[in-house]
Amino acid sequence: MSTILLIEQLLNGIQFGVMLFLMAAGLTLIFGVMGLINLAHGSLYMIGAFAAASVATLTGSFVLAILASVVAAALFGAIVEFSIMRRLYERDHLDQVLATFALILIFSEGTRWMFGSFPLYLDVPEMLSGTVLLPGGIHYSRYRLAIIVIGLLVGVGLYLLISKTRIGMRIRAGENDREMIGALGIDISKLYTSVFALGAGLAGLAGALVGAIQSVQVGMGEPVLILAFVVIVIGGIGSIKGAFIGALLVGVTDTLGRVLLPIAFGSFMETSQAASVGSSLSSMLIYLLMAVVLLFKPSGLFGRTQS
Amino acid sequence: MIIRRKASSLGLALLASCTLLTPAISVADNKVKVGMITTLSGGGAGLGIDVHDGFMLAIAQSGNKNIEVVVEDDQRKPDVAVQLADQMIQSEKVDVLTGIIWSNLAMAVIPSATAQGKIYLSPNAGPSVLAGKGCHPNYFNVAWQNDELHEAAGAYATDEGYGKSFILAPNYPAGKDALTGYKRYFKGEIAGELYTKLGQTDYAAELAQIRASDADSVFFFLPGGMGISFLKQYSGSGIELPVVGPAFSFDQGILQAVGDAALGIKNTSQWNKDIDNPTNAAFVESFQAEYGRLPSLYASQGFDTANLLLSAMDKAEVDDTEAFRAALKLADFKSVRGDFKFGNNQHPVQDIYVREVIKEGDVYTNKIIATALSDHADSYAADCSL
Repeated sequence: MSTILLIEQLLNGIQFGVMLFLMAAGLTLIFGVMGLINLAHGSLYMIGAFAAASVATLTGSFVLAILASVVAAALFGAIVEFSIMRRLYERDHLDQVLATFALILIFSEGTRWMFGSFPLYLDVPEMLSGTVLLPGGIHYSRYRLAIIVIGLLVGVGLYLLISKTRIGMRIRAGENDREMIGALGIDISKLYTSVFALGAGLAGLAGALVGAIQSVQVGMGEPVLILAFVVIVIGGIGSIKGAFIGALLVGVTDTLGRVLLPIAFGSFMETSQAASVGSSLSSMLIYLLMAVVLLFKPSGLFGRTQS
Repeated sequence: MIIRRKASSLGLALLASCTLLTPAISVADNKVKVGMITTLSGGGAGLGIDVHDGFMLAIAQSGNKNIEVVVEDDQRKPDVAVQLADQMIQSEKVDVLTGIIWSNLAMAVIPSATAQGKIYLSPNAGPSVLAGKGCHPNYFNVAWQNDELHEAAGAYATDEGYGKSFILAPNYPAGKDALTGYKRYFKGEIAGELYTKLGQTDYAAELAQIRASDADSVFFFLPGGMGISFLKQYSGSGIELPVVGPAFSFDQGILQAVGDAALGIKNTSQWNKDIDNPTNAAFVESFQAEYGRLPSLYASQGFDTANLLLSAMDKAEVDDTEAFRAALKLADFKSVRGDFKFGNNQHPVQDIYVREVIKEGDVYTNKIIATALSDHADSYAADCSL
């Protein structure tokens, strides 16, 4: 296996990781600040993709499509928070899991009712199609490179928002002591709605970005949701930094595992058998990673230690 | 979409009211009750809807009032399918079962249904076990055996003179059958062989490996959403090797979602809307008129399945199992594929074509450009003792 191919796969891993970060950031923010387990986060990802595909069909503009995905998902997030989630903050996690699972079913059936069972069409814009030549002779997909850049920008933006701004200060305060920020005269319900909308918007953005290279269809959010949970467990629940590092770790491990394991098994097995065994093992790899991390750091890489 | 649903439910309502009325006015001679278990929700619902719509269209067109269809959704879950089958056999007392799309569901339902004396007509799934050692006098497959379209792709790649193929499929039984089927008829070398995760939608890693290999062609079997993702990413990857695949990733239901990325790609199928015979022309036209979209491969299979059943009902009573099976085996109906006949294992012996993806106006569709295999019988028929 050549170095060029290895670097290219590393980039693929980072791109996958960055996309997972967009999903995991919202999930961990909502859990960290509000203590809410939101299984319907994957539905917001799906809503983002469907909104983008519809707007792209209507206007032909990819930029508008991306904007629409963020706005639509954030709007749905705010509505869901306002009408349903707010009744669940005081309830225990099992109730939240049940309620948000019901939301998944409602959103899936609702989307199917509106758009039908056949996948929709969202294309990569002309400007970002094809490959770009990176130093070292690597041909890399222009669009995937753009996802990496957008993901990193969002990461930096989130970091600034949370560590440097007044809203960020309140979010951090909310994570640590919910009653205290209420006592300080901050409108908690508004804060919660905006955090929820922010998380939803990020998921919607991820859905739209990925929708252009995959298919926009009902149920597309569920597999990503599971990975996003793995990411926040590895990174430490409630930590944005943890979500970022965790997402990159999962992305790179998954991609390199898929590539390297079949090759490793191929050195002492018949090719088609090695391909099958290697591929089966590689799909377990991120769960092994999670187990190993939890063995040494039971609350995740950047999680607060339990008192 | 809403209109389409309304149209189809209206059709269903009409059909249901017809079947409700019949017992009162006619002495139902050979009344047949059909249980259709198919995928109408969740992943892959498009396939089940197409089979259902094609099947219902044929029945509506026949005007035959002696047939009653009970439809249930298996949600692509084997346990649900088994439960529905039990319910249909025990409380609904159906005579004939049909509708299953997926091989794993088929394996969970068909052997027990046929053992209980029910006739099963498969409109899609064709697992190898049921074609070979596990064949059964009550089991008929109207579509194909799972390996067939892949075998045709291998034959086509050989005809084209490809010497080194990179092949990939999901890591599950049908995926392995696909690669085995391709290799059975491909005479060149295999440059690389990959199994992807079932349901995987990101193929960056696989594409990098294809680019780094010295292959001169790519064969893939990735049904449903997996294929859409693969093709879109393939076209953006800058790799320019010719691609061959089975019809499943180039079907009418998903081609619009793949878009330009599929144009020009060759795929293998036993049916296409341009097969030149009056039955097919009428089918394509009436399907489009009824449902407002072009029929797919799956719709054609549902349509043929219903017509096969209707042809047997003309010849024999369903209660006379022996005679009814013989009537089915004759396959005396006008298939949208043209000639249709069963081999010894009650699977079709048929031509498999090579199609190319084209654009007609705004719609992406296929046209037949060659025949890959003529009068092709599946590779397991010899193991069947029928």
